[in-house]
This record gives sequence, C-alpha cells and structure tokens, in this order.
Amino acid sequence: MSDSSAQPRPPQRLKTGAGKPVHVGIIGAGVVGLACAAELLDRGATVTLHERGAFAGERACSWFAGGMLAPWCEGESAEEPVIRLGAEAAGWWQRHVDGVVRNGTLVLAPSRDRSEIRRFGQRTSHFIELDGEGIAALEPDLAGRFGKGLFFDGEGHLDPRRALAGLSQHVLAAGGEIHFGSEARAADIAADIVLDCRGLSARDALPDLRGVKGEMLLLRSRDLTLSRPIRLLHPRIPLYVVPRADGLFMVGATMIESADRSRISARSMLELLGAAYALHPSFGEAEVVEIGVDARPAFPDNLPRLTRQGRVIHVNGLYRHGFLLSPAMARLAADAVLDPASIPEMLHDVAA
Amino acid sequence: MASFYGFEPKSRLFLGTAQYPSPAILADAVRASGVEVVTVSLRREAGEGAAGQAFWSLVKELGVRVLPNTAGCHSVKEAVTTAQMAREVFGTNWIKLEVIGEDDTLQPDVVGLIEAARILSADGFEVFPYTTEDIVVGGRLLDAGCEVLMPWGAPIGSGRGLNNPYGLRTMRQHFPGIPLVVDAGIGLPSHAAHAMELGYDGILLNTAVARAGDPALMARAFASAIEAGRQAFEAQPIEARDMAAPSTPVMGKAFLS
Repeated sequence: MSDSSAQPRPPQRLKTGAGKPVHVGIIGAGVVGLACAAELLDRGATVTLHERGAFAGERACSWFAGGMLAPWCEGESAEEPVIRLGAEAAGWWQRHVDGVVRNGTLVLAPSRDRSEIRRFGQRTSHFIELDGEGIAALEPDLAGRFGKGLFFDGEGHLDPRRALAGLSQHVLAAGGEIHFGSEARAADIAADIVLDCRGLSARDALPDLRGVKGEMLLLRSRDLTLSRPIRLLHPRIPLYVVPRADGLFMVGATMIESADRSRISARSMLELLGAAYALHPSFGEAEVVEIGVDARPAFPDNLPRLTRQGRVIHVNGLYRHGFLLSPAMARLAADAVLDPASIPEMLHDVAA
Repeated sequence: MASFYGFEPKSRLFLGTAQYPSPAILADAVRASGVEVVTVSLRREAGEGAAGQAFWSLVKELGVRVLPNTAGCHSVKEAVTTAQMAREVFGTNWIKLEVIGEDDTLQPDVVGLIEAARILSADGFEVFPYTTEDIVVGGRLLDAGCEVLMPWGAPIGSGRGLNNPYGLRTMRQHFPGIPLVVDAGIGLPSHAAHAMELGYDGILLNTAVARAGDPALMARAFASAIEAGRQAFEAQPIEARDMAAPSTPVMGKAFLS
C-alpha cells in the first residue's frame, strides 16, 4: 500500500511579515473543515474555526456518512485521483483519532447477481477472491449465505460521529479555536487566509456545486456480529452495511440527483432494508434507530476541488468521499495556504 | 432519414443519462459519440420543489434534445403524473413511456402502457413507448396515438443483446413505415449493429455505455456500430446460404484429374 503521508512531515512554518505563524480562518466544522484545521495546526499555523451548528458535524452531511476508508472499492466507479488520494486516509485518521478499524472490506452479491462480483473485480484491484469458506472465516455469522466474494484487506472504516468528535478534540488540544453557533462569513473573518469548507451551503460562491441526496439507516441488532463493512452488489441498487459499536449497523446509502435534505422516500427505505435483509435475515428483527437524509456536495466531475478566490480557498466537492478524501484535501489545502506560490493538485483558480 | 415526431437526428444512437461515474463523464460520452438525443429519468421526489435542478441543468447544457422518461413507474397513474412533471421541467412534449409490469425482468406492462399512451397522446404528448416485440401490442400503441415504437432487445440493464431476433425482424416487416427503436438490453456494439441490420431506425441504451470502463470510448464504438449496421441495411445485404458459393467463377476452369 502506498501511503505517501505515512511519515510525519517536518513542521513547515510560514511566517507573515511580523514573524507570526500564518492565521487561517476556517468556515465549517464538518469533516473537511476539521481535517483542514488539524492538518494546518500540525504544520504550525494558527487556526480559528467557525461552525454554525452547536457541535462538530451537527449540520454537516458527514454526520450521516458511512465512514468507509475504501479507496480500492471506490475505484469501481470513481476516477483515479479518488483511489490515489484516498490511500492516504486510513493512516491519517489513525494518527488523529481513535477507533479506526483496519479489517478490510468484504464485497458480496446474492447468487443471482454473481456476475456483478466479476464486474466489480474487473474494475478494482488490491483484493483477494474468497469462496464461501473464506467468507465464513472472516465473518462467521455470514457462513453459508454467500458462495463468492472479494476481500479488500487493506481498507478500513471508522465511526464518523466519533471521528468528528475526536478530531475536534484534537484541534482544541493542538491550540485551535472553534466557535460554535457562528454564522461568520469569509469577509467577516480577520485572518490571513480563509478556508471555506461549507459543503453544499457554498453554492452561493460555487455555482457548479450540486447536491446528491443520500439516505441511510441506523439499525440495532444483537443477533449479528460483523467485523468490517460489507458491500452488497446489485445491478441497480448497490448498498453497504457498516458495523459500529453497541450492536449498531449503518445501512447506506442511496445516490439521488437531488438537493433535498428533508425526507426519505418509502422506496429508498425499502431498498435499504431489503439490502440489510438480503445480507442477513436477522436484520428483520433489528430496531430502526435512526433515519438519516442529507445531500453531498459534488462538482460535475464528482471530484473534489480547491477553488482559490483571492484570500479565500474553497475546499469542497468531496461527494461521497468525505472521510476518504478529507486527509488528502487537507494536505493539499495546507500546501496552498503555506506556500502561496505552489499549485497543488486539484487547485482551481477563480477570479475573486 | 427516420423522423421521430418530425425530428430527424443524424445520429441514430439515443443515450440514457443514468449511472455514469459523473455528469462530466456523461458529457464526454455525448460529445464523443455525436448523440443528439438523451433520455433522462425523472424521480418524482426530485421534481417536487425542483430539488433535482442542478442535474437537469447539466443535462440541458449538453445542448442535445432531451427525451424524459418515466423509468421505474409501475402504474398508469404514476407514469402519467411523471410525464406531466417532465413536460414542465424540460419544456418538451416528448416522453419515453415506461410502465413496468414485473420487477425481476422490468418488462413492460403492455396493458397499462397502451392506456397511458392513450391518455398522454390525447394530452398532447409525443410518446415513445418502451414495449415488447409483440406486433399486436405495437398496433394498439399506434392506435393509441404513438408514432414511434421502442421494443426491447432484452431486459433493461441485462446486456444480453437481441433475445428474439425473429420477433424483431417480424416487427420491422409488419410496421414498415413506423420509426422503430430497439430500447434496452443492448450490451455490445455488435448487438446494436445487428438491430440496425434488421432495419431498425435507432438504438436507445444506457448501461452498456455508462458502466463501461471508458464510457466515452464505448459511446463512440456504439455510434460507429450503429452507423455500420444502418449502412449495411441500406446496402441490401446478401442472403445466407448453406453451401459455398465461390466468388470467382469455376466455369471453364481446367479439370486436373
């Protein structure tokens, strides 16, 4: 596995004219804003974060994320930068928060959709093929249910809500400030540079940004234990189940070209529950703990961007890859902040 | 040149807009293939409050004609409501009408289809019905006001090609003057070429391009195959025969035994 950021990087301090560390204002304490704050603090900047919500993630779509650190699985539909930049994620998260699990990802399909496994394998790399016994050895509760699967042993996952809380603690411990309940706009923030990490709310400044609706469920089942995210392939509605602590399972997520954040449709609910039930019928007895709906911010190429408009740099468009790509985008944003002459990957300059 | 309600596209490939890795890759595929008509499915929930506006704008910016569809509708009422919403969103009377009758095969509910086609045609829509190769159903759809028929090649998304070439050939012969488009089930450019060689006027497909490793390249491959198939049809191909027919004359050749 190539993990280009595995080595701790030497502190690189950019001094302003007065010899003070560069002061960065960040708007938005979702996964992107927090990751940028942590990365900049690691690299010697002074950071002030403004979040309109009452706590980290409260109003962010990352609150509803799956938390899969699965660059190779995402390669099935995502373009090359997602795989390459995503490979930094698991190591970065392990250095910044507790609770990163590196048990890999298991990709399965019901027997009638077996050809989807073949197709998925043709599009991806870094997996081993498993038969029914291999699947049962990894996930004993799935014994006898699936005859063929792919195991991406280098991947990981985390619980997004714990990770957001852990990362905000890390930011505070490293000397960053977080102002909750702040509606500050870039122009109001006295800082050398402002990182705008508002996600879909930044559509006022980024007209290309669109919302891609996602719906998820949290189920609780005491009858079933899983050790890693399971992706269940289906020609129309591929979904996944991610195990969390306390018998919780996150079932996600739909992908709908819509900016609606208000409601789940009965059809989506049926698909999500159907996927869980197809994975294991004991989900039929599970408690529905939560229904989550939000919209992911995406550009037309579904790739993340740094958009520089004067002293404001937008970090946005992470689409369905918030936890996977935040570490790399934070690194690139910090490069752009600390060395204004550099042209990091994914940077787009726009007239201010 | 086939005319679809008065529109005569140079390209006989109609492309679906779902399942691409990104809208940008969809745009690449449209440009690479010279497609002039794309079909867009409208989720009713995205129509309410125009929550799907951003994606529709990207589709409109492709600069090609939009054929909205009623994908996923299981009843006449649902399909009619979706068609009316699509007319408002895209400002077109065109509608690709799908009324799904069975969830595993996604095969059309032809009874509901005929009824919905009648309601929509009376309401001023220009209906492109997704149907089977059944010529009796085809006739009823024409009676209902349709001027184009779109029989399936195989179940939606299956990529199996033409499951019933005999039925499709019969349909072509039965409706000589009606624009016919094979819609659904196409997996490979050779499948599309086959349909065009039978005399079909166009091919509508989505999955085979959207989920290919390189959608733009696959779209171009389909455009080429469709053009080749059409040319072959117009060039009047030879009939297959059982015995060899030497291409050089044997008469007058010396007997050497």
